[in-house]
Amino acid sequence: MIYWNSLSDFLAMGGYGFYVWGSFGVTVLIMALEPIMAARTQKLTIARLKRQLRAENRNTAE
Amino acid sequence: MKDRFNLYRYASPATFYPLAGRMIPYFAALSVLFGLAGLYLGMLVAPTDFQQGEGYRIIFIHVPASWMSMFIYLVMAFWAAIGLAFNTRLSGMMAQALAPTGALMAFLSLWTGALWGKPMWGAWWVWDARLTSELILLFLYIGFMALTAAIDDPKRADKAGGLLLLVGVVNVPIIYFSVKWWNTLHQGSSVNLTKSSMAQTMLWGMLLMALCFWMYSIAVALLRARTIMLERERHTDWVKAELAGVER
Repeated sequence: MIYWNSLSDFLAMGGYGFYVWGSFGVTVLIMALEPIMAARTQKLTIARLKRQLRAENRNTAE
Repeated sequence: MKDRFNLYRYASPATFYPLAGRMIPYFAALSVLFGLAGLYLGMLVAPTDFQQGEGYRIIFIHVPASWMSMFIYLVMAFWAAIGLAFNTRLSGMMAQALAPTGALMAFLSLWTGALWGKPMWGAWWVWDARLTSELILLFLYIGFMALTAAIDDPKRADKAGGLLLLVGVVNVPIIYFSVKWWNTLHQGSSVNLTKSSMAQTMLWGMLLMALCFWMYSIAVALLRARTIMLERERHTDWVKAELAGVER
């Protein structure tokens, strides 16, 4: 079922290791970082909007 | 009459926001599942390609990334047309939310293409019709993001960005048909549902990876759309209620 005979065979990719893992590595990196950054932006935005809303409410209460 | 009312309801940010929030975990989970299955088939089970050796395995991400880069642009142009025609609030937010993911997909298409081209063609890059039009697509994404970021008023930013998207949409069929219209170094499509030149495991591996990229793009775009909605609608009651709800 598995095509490869050994782990080193798999990693070598028949001599194309650099190109194959260079492609998959950068893809995995981007597809991990993009959601993390989008989630971080969301957290920061919510925190900032909440601060603004509290300041607004204080001003109207005075 | 009731159905039509519901359809409009989901086009309003106040109802779309919680709905998107509930859907994101499912799309993310599906993306991981499809990705693991696709990598298993593509990287571990699929046999080698008799012409390209193991280097061909790059196509398992190159082709899905290229498809998504074109499709996301079409979706953005669709939202731009809706926004310009009907002046809907949601459309500009959706285009805005999709742009970074589309740009990253175009970048990945070029990056994996270069890493495939070097061993196969002997060059990282050639000014071939397919490659050049894909590079233009990346510039269109970057141009859209820079243009809309430079205009302070979101409504005017949406209009200017929407026009850019609609003018640039002509590039998508050029990319798609470039391998037929011109004598390109880039090969034609290997995927054909009726008579495919690929082995069954390769085809399934690629289709699963494409589904993974689809689910991923939807999940990230929805995540970004939610943030944009809060930001743009911050003066409305529903955002104020939402922010107060997060407080608890």
